[in-house]
Formats: sequence, C-alpha cells, structure tokens
Amino acid sequence: MAGESVSAYSKIDPKFRHEVTKMPGGEKILQCFQCGTCTSDCPIARFSDKYRPRKIIRMAQLGLREKVLSSDFLWLCASCFTCTDRCPQGVEVASVIKILKNMAVIEGRIPEVFKVLLENLVKTGYIYEIPESRLRRREALGLPPLPKVNIEGLNKSLENINVESFLKGVPGKRGEAKMWV
Amino acid sequence: MGMSLKYVIYLGCSIPYRVSSYEASARRVLGKLGVELVEMPDFNCCGLPLEPLSHELMLILSARNLAIAEQTGLNILTLCPGCAGTLKKTNKTLKENKALKEEVNRHLKEAGLEFKGSLEVKHISQVLIEDVGIDNIKKAVVRPLRGLRVAGHSGCHLSRPRKYIEFEDPENPRALKALISVTGAKPIEYMGETECCGSTIAAIDDKISLSLVREKLLHVKDAGADALITVCPACHIMYDANQIRAEKMFGEKYAVPVLHYTQLLGLAMGMRPEELGFDELRVRPAKILEKI
Repeated sequence: MAGESVSAYSKIDPKFRHEVTKMPGGEKILQCFQCGTCTSDCPIARFSDKYRPRKIIRMAQLGLREKVLSSDFLWLCASCFTCTDRCPQGVEVASVIKILKNMAVIEGRIPEVFKVLLENLVKTGYIYEIPESRLRRREALGLPPLPKVNIEGLNKSLENINVESFLKGVPGKRGEAKMWV
Repeated sequence: MGMSLKYVIYLGCSIPYRVSSYEASARRVLGKLGVELVEMPDFNCCGLPLEPLSHELMLILSARNLAIAEQTGLNILTLCPGCAGTLKKTNKTLKENKALKEEVNRHLKEAGLEFKGSLEVKHISQVLIEDVGIDNIKKAVVRPLRGLRVAGHSGCHLSRPRKYIEFEDPENPRALKALISVTGAKPIEYMGETECCGSTIAAIDDKISLSLVREKLLHVKDAGADALITVCPACHIMYDANQIRAEKMFGEKYAVPVLHYTQLLGLAMGMRPEELGFDELRVRPAKILEKI
C-alpha cells in the first residue's frame, strides 16, 4: 500500500496547474469546485463513458500531467462551449481542454487526423484539398472562382510556431508550451 | 431596395470543399436583398479546426484573414458560424491586447501584412437580423411558405462562447426563429434544440457524432417538422449527408430533409430550387417542394 501511494505521488506535477493558469482561458482553473455542471450538460459525455470534463479539470488541478496529456478522451471535446458558458465559477472549461490538447501536441502527441488537416493547410491554405470536380460545380452554379492563396506568404507568417514539428510529431522541449497571452 | 450594404465575404474551408448549395443560395438571396459582396483576394482557414493543435497557429491564421479583409475597408460577412466566431474572437482579443497584437503582427509582417483592428465580423444571420432587417426581408417575400412547419438548428458557434460572439442568447436562440417566421413557415419547438451536431469530433469518434445526429433527427421527426433548417455548413453536412450514414449505423430511417436557411428564404423570395442548389441535398425535400 505504502509503495503504491508513493508511486502515485511521483506522478504528480505540483506546478502543472499553475502552468495552466498562465495560459489564455486557463486563468480560473483553480476556482473549479467540481460541481459537475460541465459534465452533466456536455453533449459528448452523454454518449461516451470516458469523456468527463469535470474529471479532466480535476486531473489538471491535481497535477496529473502525464495521465491527462496522454489520454485519448482529451480529443473528444467538441468545442461546443456549453460548459464554458454555463460554469458557475467562470472556468472556461473548453478552453482549459484546448490548452491541454495544445500541451499534448507540444509533447508530440497529435492525432493523425489533425496531421492531415495541417498538411493540407501548408499546401493549400485550406484544411481540405478542394477537388477539381468541386471547382467545376462552382462554375456550373455561377459561383466566382476561388482566389489564389498566397501560400508562400502564409507559410512565412507561420514560421517559428512549431508547425514543422507538429507535422513530424516530434516532441518539443517541456516548457515550450508557453502560450502567447 | 434603397439600401447600401456592402461586405467582404469570407468563405472558409467547408463551403468551398463541399457545400456549394449554401454559398449559391446565400449569394442569390443576399443579392436580391440589396447586399453587395466583395470577394477576398486571398484567404486561408479561419483557424478554428487547428486550434486544438496550437493557440498561436489559430491566432495567426485568423489574424491573417482579418488583415487581408481590412484592406478592402469593409466588414466581413461569413456563412459559417465557426469562422465568424473565430474571427470575432481574434478580432476582439487583438483589439484589446496590444502586446499580443504586436506579437501576431511580427508574424504577419513577414508577408507584408498587418492587423489593425479596423473591421467587424458578422455571420449572415446577424447581417440579416441587424443590418438588412426583418421588415426589409418581409418586403422581399413574394411566396410565403404558409403551411410549412420547420425546426431551426442554430448550432453552437452562432452564440457560444457568449463572451466573444455577442449575438443571440445561446440558451434561448431567437434569431433563426425570426428568420424562419418571415418566410411564412412556422418555426416549431422541439427537444434538444440547442444540442451540438458533433461535427468537430466526426473524424475522431464516428459513433458519438452520429449518435448526436440520430438524436437530433428523432426529436425533429417527433415534433412533426417538414424540415430541419441550418445556418452552418458543418451542421448541414452532419444532418444531411451524414443522415444516410446514421441510418446505416443505427438501422433506422429518418428521412428528415435538411435545408440551408438561405434555401428556405430563397424559395419564399420566389427563386427556383435549381437556383438554390437543391440538387446537392442528399435527403430529397420532396414534401417541401410539393407544399410550395
């Protein structure tokens, strides 16, 4: 028993919650008193047995860094913002979850589907590759041609924000997860 | 109509990718209402779908769009509430935070752009309600859709998060109901009106997102609606194209036609279904076309 509790404590990062409060949208995380409004109003939680926003916030408060950042359920948030709008404590729950996803990504944990979106973005400016057939359909409907995206300019503006390492899934250094505020 | 309304239109990704029916119907309806649209010479993803990866990436993507749109001297009109929400959020955040604005502008400057904070962003629903006005829309309705009962789905990002969107009450959405009423159709009440469509996690968990689709369609069907009306390309894809997938997954039949609001309004304004991209709809709205 004693051994078990020691190993559990060793997984706790006491500074983690303060890291989160420094990021935009994470400021109020310590004010969460676990009422559960977020989970009970969450459209995803109704159909998932593992996605629980209240639990995610608690894990972040406790400093269960590794456990929460490596979880699959983090990626189930639909960003509907119902939790954020209804939280009686003013915690921006959806933003906290976004912060945790951003931190997971910095550590090289990025779901494959997002890599595809990002690859399309740096190639085309859009998250999808728009097929030729769609361009013909636009023309048939009398819609104006899509503008030519200045890809070179776009990518210049995206320099130094880790896009390349996200694509490769290469972990950054811990502490790099410092968001612009 | 004696009005002078002019916007720069921001299309985002979903609409050019696969929702031409929304764009075609919106452009026709807006044109007839006297709203002039100017094309953006260059634009990219609004940033919303990539925000889970990086806050900074989202900021630069959205600010780049704002900076390019600012050069037209016009306010932005979007068809997608997700795009509107993200552009609104960045616009507001950068206007209020000088240091952050400078940081973002350091990146934009690499490509000769600058975010100044000189414009406003509105979703088409907001433009129709606040700028065109219900009275003016009413004057343009030549074929009131009397006898048609439809369920409106505003979608999350039209009003959430409140703090950035500043339009509409997310707990009791009224804009779409007012917009439906002016066509002569009746907006009906139904269970789960404000529930999410699940599109943002469709690529992560098919079962959960289609469960949300199923639930919405069953509620709409129970309420006896002739159609479900959307104002978002992503919600539309979920309820229309993915309705067929949900039917397969759950072994049920919903047969709920899903129209873009601009298609409904277009019909009421006397336009033909062909002009409004009705052929793109996956669930045939036969009953609606019969009723008009």
